[in-house]
Amino acid sequence: MTVLTLPAQPSQDAGMAPLPWRRMVWVTWRQHRATLISVPAVVGGVALFLLLMGLKVHHDYAALAACHGAGAVACENRASALTSTDWTMANTVLILMNLAPVLIGAFAGAPVLARELETGTFRYAWTQGFGRLRSTLARIVLIAIVLAAVSGALGELFAWFFGPPMQNHGMTPGAATVFVTRGLAFPAWTLAAFAIGVFLGMLIRRVIPALAVTFGAFLALDLLAWLVVRKLYLPELAPGRIALLQRLPAVPHFWPAQFIEAGWLLALSALLVAATLWLVRHRVA
Amino acid sequence: MNVIETSGLGKSYGRVPALHDCTLTVPAGRSAALVGPNGAGKSTLMNMLVGLTVPTAGSAAVLGGQPAGSAAALDGTGFVAQDAPVYRSLSCADMLHLSRNLNRRFDQPYAEARLAELGIPLKKKAGKLSGGQQAQLALTLALARRPSLLILDEPLAALDPLARQDFLGTVMTALADGVSVLLSSHALAELERVADYFIVLAGGEVRLAGDADDLLAGHRMLTGPAAEADRIARQQPVVQVSRAAAQAHVLVRTSGPAEPVPPGWEAHPVGLEELILAYLRAPGGAAQPGVAAALRPEPTEVAR
Repeated sequence: MTVLTLPAQPSQDAGMAPLPWRRMVWVTWRQHRATLISVPAVVGGVALFLLLMGLKVHHDYAALAACHGAGAVACENRASALTSTDWTMANTVLILMNLAPVLIGAFAGAPVLARELETGTFRYAWTQGFGRLRSTLARIVLIAIVLAAVSGALGELFAWFFGPPMQNHGMTPGAATVFVTRGLAFPAWTLAAFAIGVFLGMLIRRVIPALAVTFGAFLALDLLAWLVVRKLYLPELAPGRIALLQRLPAVPHFWPAQFIEAGWLLALSALLVAATLWLVRHRVA
Repeated sequence: MNVIETSGLGKSYGRVPALHDCTLTVPAGRSAALVGPNGAGKSTLMNMLVGLTVPTAGSAAVLGGQPAGSAAALDGTGFVAQDAPVYRSLSCADMLHLSRNLNRRFDQPYAEARLAELGIPLKKKAGKLSGGQQAQLALTLALARRPSLLILDEPLAALDPLARQDFLGTVMTALADGVSVLLSSHALAELERVADYFIVLAGGEVRLAGDADDLLAGHRMLTGPAAEADRIARQQPVVQVSRAAAQAHVLVRTSGPAEPVPPGWEAHPVGLEELILAYLRAPGGAAQPGVAAALRPEPTEVAR
């Protein structure tokens, strides 16, 4: 039936150069379009909420600060009203921000290889001329860049949103729950969750179980950081409520601690990616 | 040049061997058929040839010595895995685009023309195609890479009889264009049409391998009195003995038509299917000389 002919392939490939990396940009975009659209879309929605609510929160706390001239009773009433409204909301968002890295990272990471292994398409993807180690690495790095940018921006926006309520309620950026939502730590936790998801996806080879185990592993890592690791570089502030509107004490070593936290998280992520690539190389079909 | 060379190749999952001591040589320009029952190790061998499976013993090379799975090897090898996996959510056009990005060469006009000829619309999602169309799409993607070696794992399984003919026709065209082909299948009769080199795998071992004409010239069927079958079996390198009440058919290896026939016996040429089935039935040791060290294998007894 087929009359199409195929020119014979001359053997010309002795000293060939590897295929350019930039080709993986389209491939990654097309194959992970769902992730690459949904993550920025959801985060964008959250960012819009934070922006609008942030304007309100900033306005409210500015008004509270301005009321100082007025009577103390009026100020107290105003402050307690804000506690039940803005502070409750801000605290809820803070809890969600603590979960955001694993929500973003696991959902982006677990399917990257598990979906290929589950559906059998790895037999196509890993036998193309690009080579399976290079194409896997390129995909992981490209998605990681997008996640780092998106989570970094979200962290900055949240830090702005959370500033006034935090000051007024005696919290500092050194508190563990706040510390992880800003600076370098927040994108680093997101990337760590992503790397855990990619690695477990390769190990478990099924998306849903890999997702579940990723959540568990992330929580274990979070607990480890909270109970053991972070104490080594983030001195705990003396407990006790800082009086309303008192000047916030500067957190000592905030940025060094941020660098250390992001550093070990990124090192862990790099290790997990290396382990993933090792599995891709050695433990396939 | 040999497009496939394996030496002592083996793969075990835990302590279970899937393929054992496989030493093969397939010259370029051939259409080689990998034949064997389920679990014989066909997919394991093919996966090792494209680097998807790492051998636990021995080595494999393709395209004149390129290590299996290396960049140079993958560059020149088109592989269609069992069940022809494609990304279900991608359109056919996107699948072409994907292959174009992932490979050094990709003959886009050829791929588009072939899909048009098969009546597969470019805009259709790959997951919405029938099983046969998915197999054709996967073959098109592999062919458009202009491979020197085409490896097809059970390509006929998903195809109806008409589609099988079209598919095999395409393979024949590729062969005529100088592409070497290795394909596996259960469908012996259909393989006979396209293949000129046969590798028989059973129980994780190579039972028989060689050029079809050489294999046929190297075997013959001796027919004679059943009472003498045992004596013949002791004198000749026997693959299989089938006995009826009076007559026995003894499949033996032969050095050629000039070899004398025992008195009272008749020699007949043997058919390819008959030959392959005989080797598939033969117990582990009965490999063809030169493939594995088989001295005087025990012949199989088949009741007729």
